[in-house]
Amino acid sequence: MVKALNAGLRQALADDDKVLLMGEDIGTLGGVFRVTEGLQAEFGAKRVFDTPLAESGIVGTAIGLAMRGYRPVCEIQFDGFIFPAFDQITTQLAKLTNRAQGAFSLPVVIRVPYGGHIGAVEHHQESPEAYFAHTAGLRLVSPSTPHDAYWMIQEAIRSDDPVMFFEPKSRYWPKGAVDFGGSTTPLHASRVVRQGTDVTLVAHGAMVSVLMQAAEVAQEEGISAEVIDLRSLSPVDYGPIVESVTKTGRLVVAQEASGFVSLGSEIAATVTERAFYSLKSPVLRVSGFDIPFPPAKLEKLHLPDADRVLEAVDRAMAY
Amino acid sequence: MSDTTPTVQFLSLEGELRPTDAAEEFADRLAELTDDDLRSMYRSMQLARHFDAEASNLQRQGQLALWIPSHGQEAAQVGSAMAARAQDHIFPAYREHVVALVRGVDLYEVLRLLRGETHGGWDPTDPANGNVHGYTLVIGAHSLHAVGYAQGLQLDGVVGTGDLERDAAVLCYFGDGATSQGDVSEALVFAASSQAPTVFFVQNNQWAISVPVRVQSPVPLALRPTGFGIPGVRIDGNDPLASYAVTRSFLDDAREARGPRFIEALTYRLGAHTSSDDPTKYRDPEEYAYWVARDPIVRFEKHLRLLGEGDAFFTDVVAEAEEFADRMRRRILTAGSPDPATMFDHVYAEPHPVMTEQKLWLERYEASYAEGVQ
Repeated sequence: MVKALNAGLRQALADDDKVLLMGEDIGTLGGVFRVTEGLQAEFGAKRVFDTPLAESGIVGTAIGLAMRGYRPVCEIQFDGFIFPAFDQITTQLAKLTNRAQGAFSLPVVIRVPYGGHIGAVEHHQESPEAYFAHTAGLRLVSPSTPHDAYWMIQEAIRSDDPVMFFEPKSRYWPKGAVDFGGSTTPLHASRVVRQGTDVTLVAHGAMVSVLMQAAEVAQEEGISAEVIDLRSLSPVDYGPIVESVTKTGRLVVAQEASGFVSLGSEIAATVTERAFYSLKSPVLRVSGFDIPFPPAKLEKLHLPDADRVLEAVDRAMAY
Repeated sequence: MSDTTPTVQFLSLEGELRPTDAAEEFADRLAELTDDDLRSMYRSMQLARHFDAEASNLQRQGQLALWIPSHGQEAAQVGSAMAARAQDHIFPAYREHVVALVRGVDLYEVLRLLRGETHGGWDPTDPANGNVHGYTLVIGAHSLHAVGYAQGLQLDGVVGTGDLERDAAVLCYFGDGATSQGDVSEALVFAASSQAPTVFFVQNNQWAISVPVRVQSPVPLALRPTGFGIPGVRIDGNDPLASYAVTRSFLDDAREARGPRFIEALTYRLGAHTSSDDPTKYRDPEEYAYWVARDPIVRFEKHLRLLGEGDAFFTDVVAEAEEFADRMRRRILTAGSPDPATMFDHVYAEPHPVMTEQKLWLERYEASYAEGVQ
């Protein structure tokens, strides 16, 4: 996925000279995850530049650049370091277009490497999606495959709205095919990635591959699971989810984030409203615990794995 | 602590032209001001003063949700605003009514904002509004937007070309309280690091609601930018000529790619922070009296009279200002409420399913009540 994102960013820079990349260490180093590797050499330090180490400053100046007609793509180095920029994102970036009554738009993309499974230290493994999904004016997306990463980053940059682009760190290195010439799913569409008839499993980012593992095991036990990759966290594309639940009658939503007031909670509530009479069991959430992200040596207990998903599938099937 | 920071001041309290030593290097800028400009400065200050008084009354009468007075800070604002060239961009905080007036914003739009009709008011992209961007209620947040915008000017190649009428800069206003905000420090860092053409204009009105500037900053604010690598100057903020000369000079520095600049304008908020405040609870009456004696409008009137301006001019300006304020009041009294459907407009620039659904839901819900009444 790192190479796919790099190729997507390169294409976006080549397509539109208003696109700028900015963030800490993204220039000569190419970012701590090397997502921007080589881009400064190719496009110059005016278009791909290192900022001072100040997250509010990164997002705040990106807003000013967008007001001037640029399309800045900010990298926040790690998920847990986005909070110094929280005010600029939620009170400024999300609201200024509305405040200006549409006089200008703010096509800013904020790339956030997020999530666990990389054995890192405090503030380096978090899933802060819900804070931003709660805020009107922002769009949130998260790719789960290199193919989606390549196309979704370009679509996010083309969007006239601010887009929070959550990159699942643990999926940075696994390989996957990218169809460079092919068409792509629209940015805000969810996608059924595995067909099934007994239970619907929904997740985004790194958890999609966990659901796929769980679905394979469930199949061996005679349970047919349908897997949906959300792709877009705000807005959520409920159509395929409701359609699937209407067919299967069961829904399990999985996420790395804590469960309380989370994206999974929201999806559970909405699907219950829209497909209540199709449900054969309560909608179940599989989440991280409601704790601060634990030290790396304990993260495997916090982050849901295929077994935790299967436990929920069994509970759903038992109703 | 004793404060011996040099201060740029041209006008004595009696309105005489008596430049301080610190003012000398900016003195030649005053030659650019015509007699008409001086009259215009006075007129803008009086219009804003009368507008401000009217708006305060309107708030007390329940016509505005909140009012943010500019009373006492007219000189700092009028001088700096007139110093900006047409192509410059202004990032105000929320008390810059005189700046908005000078740059062409219809102050009725400011009233609409504080009446609760909009969160914005004027269109910042309409050239008629003089490149004045929206007010920002989150203290200091806009200082970063200003720097980002100035970086955009650099990328656009309209900085340092040598053409003063084309090269542009950004003028960013905030108060002494904002200097405590992290965003303002980050704005100084980013501006210095990128040499973005930004002039930070601090109206040090001495109080951040009830917290005095001495609590927020043990060193004079004008010294603070030095640590960021940005030259700073203190001016007498109640002297419109000092405000004009230094801002003009610094904006030209910025547009000529000499980097960002910082101005601390010493002034005083004679009124409350906002209509929700009560300064009598925390301010010393003697301090207030000291600053009343330094009222910028009174001082500038003395200056104009020394230059030979007669009674007729002042009478005319006051009459015009009273009429201006009265017109604002009449407009507010006939203002309606915004269309509820507009709540869902411009939340996103592109179509958004949740906005579409909720807008439709509200329409149906409201319609169901209308049917019920029949």
